Amino acid sequence: MNPLVTSPARRHFLQVSASAAAGLSLAFYLPERAQAADTPKLNAWIEIQPDETIIIRYARAEMGQGSRTSAPMLVAEELDADWKNVRVEYATAHENLRQKRVYGDMASVGSRTIRNSQAYLRQAGGTARHMLVAAAAQSWGVPASQCSTALGKVHHLASKRSLSYGKLAAAAALQEAPKEVLLKDPKDWKIVGKPIARVDIPDIVTGKIRYGIDAQLPGMLYAAVAACPVFNGRVKSMDASKVESRRGIVKVLNLGGFVAVVADNWWRAKEALREVVIDWDTGEHGTLNNTAIMTHFQAGMDQPDVAVARNDGNTMQALAGASKVYEAEYFTPYLAHATMEPMVCTAWLQGDKLEVWTSTQNPEATLAVSAATAGVPQDKVMVYPMQLGGGLGRKSPQDFTRQGVMIAKAMAGKPVKMIWSREEDIQHDLYRPASLVRFKAAMDASGKVDALHIRVSAPSLLATLLKLPLPKGVDGQAVAALQDHPYDIPNSLVDYAQRNTNVPVGFWRTVGHSQNPYMRESFIDELAHAAGKDPLAFRLSLLGEKSPRDRSILQAVAKAANWGTPLPKGVFRGIAETEGYGSYTACVCEVSVSAKGEVKIHRVVMGIDPGYVVNPDNIEAQIQGSVVHGLSAIFWGEMTLKDGRIEQSNFHDYRLMRLNEMPKVQAVIAPTGGFWGGVGEPAQAPLAPALANAIFAASGKRIRSLPLKNHGLSLARA
Amino acid sequence: MKLNVNGKPLELDVEPDMPLLWALRDELDIKGPKFGCGVAQCGACTVLLNGEPVRSCSYPVSAAAGQQVMTIEGLASKGKLHPVQQAWVDHQVPQCGYCQGGQILAAVALLKKKPKPTDEDIDAAMTNICRCGTYARIRKAIHAVAAKGVRA
Repeated sequence: MNPLVTSPARRHFLQVSASAAAGLSLAFYLPERAQAADTPKLNAWIEIQPDETIIIRYARAEMGQGSRTSAPMLVAEELDADWKNVRVEYATAHENLRQKRVYGDMASVGSRTIRNSQAYLRQAGGTARHMLVAAAAQSWGVPASQCSTALGKVHHLASKRSLSYGKLAAAAALQEAPKEVLLKDPKDWKIVGKPIARVDIPDIVTGKIRYGIDAQLPGMLYAAVAACPVFNGRVKSMDASKVESRRGIVKVLNLGGFVAVVADNWWRAKEALREVVIDWDTGEHGTLNNTAIMTHFQAGMDQPDVAVARNDGNTMQALAGASKVYEAEYFTPYLAHATMEPMVCTAWLQGDKLEVWTSTQNPEATLAVSAATAGVPQDKVMVYPMQLGGGLGRKSPQDFTRQGVMIAKAMAGKPVKMIWSREEDIQHDLYRPASLVRFKAAMDASGKVDALHIRVSAPSLLATLLKLPLPKGVDGQAVAALQDHPYDIPNSLVDYAQRNTNVPVGFWRTVGHSQNPYMRESFIDELAHAAGKDPLAFRLSLLGEKSPRDRSILQAVAKAANWGTPLPKGVFRGIAETEGYGSYTACVCEVSVSAKGEVKIHRVVMGIDPGYVVNPDNIEAQIQGSVVHGLSAIFWGEMTLKDGRIEQSNFHDYRLMRLNEMPKVQAVIAPTGGFWGGVGEPAQAPLAPALANAIFAASGKRIRSLPLKNHGLSLARA
Repeated sequence: MKLNVNGKPLELDVEPDMPLLWALRDELDIKGPKFGCGVAQCGACTVLLNGEPVRSCSYPVSAAAGQQVMTIEGLASKGKLHPVQQAWVDHQVPQCGYCQGGQILAAVALLKKKPKPTDEDIDAAMTNICRCGTYARIRKAIHAVAAKGVRA
């Protein structure tokens, strides 16, 4: 009754106990297993076993975005594998370190997994296929050019001979790998572009899959933690005398910035933590509140020394000389991620050997932070891949890994699993930055927009979280979808006032694209209405030859939504479009708004042009998910501050959408080919503006800040 | 204290007010029920108690003593997926999957009571939070099980 997540040292024992438990995914825990000498390895990504099983390595994280299936599909495509024989196994960060980063970047961030790795993954598949063909040709004594491949076999049609990959693998592994192979024409794809079932779903529905929170080790202890409620505060003193002798309590640790209670059961640790008396040194930020933050952002509106992100023509002059200038200010709040699985980290330090099990979007960063925190060499650290119970950008920074390893170091010799409470998670997040943006546009009576000035006043997550130097002082996230707006406006100025606060900020699903397209496309809608133009026609009039894909996705979605045709009485449409993460997206929302402010969403038509489509069923899922994620934020999402602390604490006051509120979502997948765009995040981008523009059409109310609850608007049952 | 989980009688010695979730996870190594909020808001910890869904994070283990507890691990019988699990695979419902054990058990309980649930029935019964936003597919999968008419 105690199947273990274990280290390679106990490999043999695990294999025995796991097979007894029938169905535990061995490879999941034992990335080294497949490198047994008898398994021909064609390259770092591919192993083929005599029974035709094809092991394809996956080097990123799986958090629901589906890449653990989509990325191997790219390898299998060029390999001409039979997909039903493919088994996906994780590559590990420690193996990547040992093999000089043969697996490349392992981070799952920025909807980048497919678009950043497709080239080398397809090459890996094509290279292995070439070696299999060479081995077959050699054994038959025929030229390789006469051989073909399909469904895991090499064929020599002239002599009607064929050999399976499983039989050829050993000889193929001895062939010289070509430096580069010609990849397939996309029209010849047989796996890529098809709706392939996700490889992890069978283990999800049976409860067998293991998330970071599920790590289990012999003699394991559990830790509950509390960081200073005011960000960056410290423990002044603590008194744990009330709980130290309680059942199961092993140790109460003062670790500087946080307190940890270590016990033999997480609930015991968490209950005891409530009764540890902690005196916090909150520093100088213990009075920060909403008003102070807004004043701080507002100051950025008129700040003279700002960074210039885009400067076409002479915007200031054009605005000064304009007959009519339109102006509007938009605000979006700080937001928490609230992944369903909170932050977790299990770490075990034995001498200078450190093993870490956690839910991480960036296993290489986990390894580096773990090593630095424990003070051990990087090659002594092992980071085991686990499924993530959601990532949303929160599990890319390693603040929680650092905490987990600090605890493990204090408890050296014992494995300790740290789990954050939901309250800790909501109140110690790295929040989607808040942002205040002002638009000024010069537009003549005919609806010609001559000038646009966009001033962004917002924190810089690149400077504060990643400590990156900002090119020309511009944070690309803060001005995303603004600095590269697609509209033909001869005078365009986008500038940025960096306004950091004590609220830590980070990447959040769709980050800058979850806020700036809302503001930009709402303001464009304001201009369309001011000009008396149809919002679709107005956009198309501003989208010239330089923006063909913005045009095409807008038209595809408008068509799917029957834009321009009559709707039932009381139902109104809004539209928006934007590029994001290398893909092009557009959305039409159909809503009605009651006198009491109940917003009923009759339909969401969401379109994406990701260039090439890898797994269309997964793209539809990502669109549906993006709508849910977006609507939670749009209707209810905001973090408020009082006395330097986040006021929200759990799902009762950080509200997330539920099933009964889910509107009808129609996905429009409209690939134009020729490029690789992301799919995990982009679909959230045009949702808020399409919805806000529909609300304006229905009610005459222009929504210039989120969430909607602050405007007396609620989400009616769909 | 005696507990029956997935048809197996188990013994444990814990405080009576320990939530069932932590008895299952940390004492019995049954990891299917997940921790999400600790305050019965999200339902990631859902288990069936005599066939009824309960949020085990807020349910004292002592109240479950002597009763039938079922977690997601106990739903498939003899390696064969329960029709609801099969529908979840057929309709590719899960994304990250963290909440899905709870969602599936909630759906099993609903279908037991109402083999042909209406959308309103589904709305009322399926109150667990899914942060990935799989709601449309959850609804579709439940209707699919109902349409097949198999006894859930």
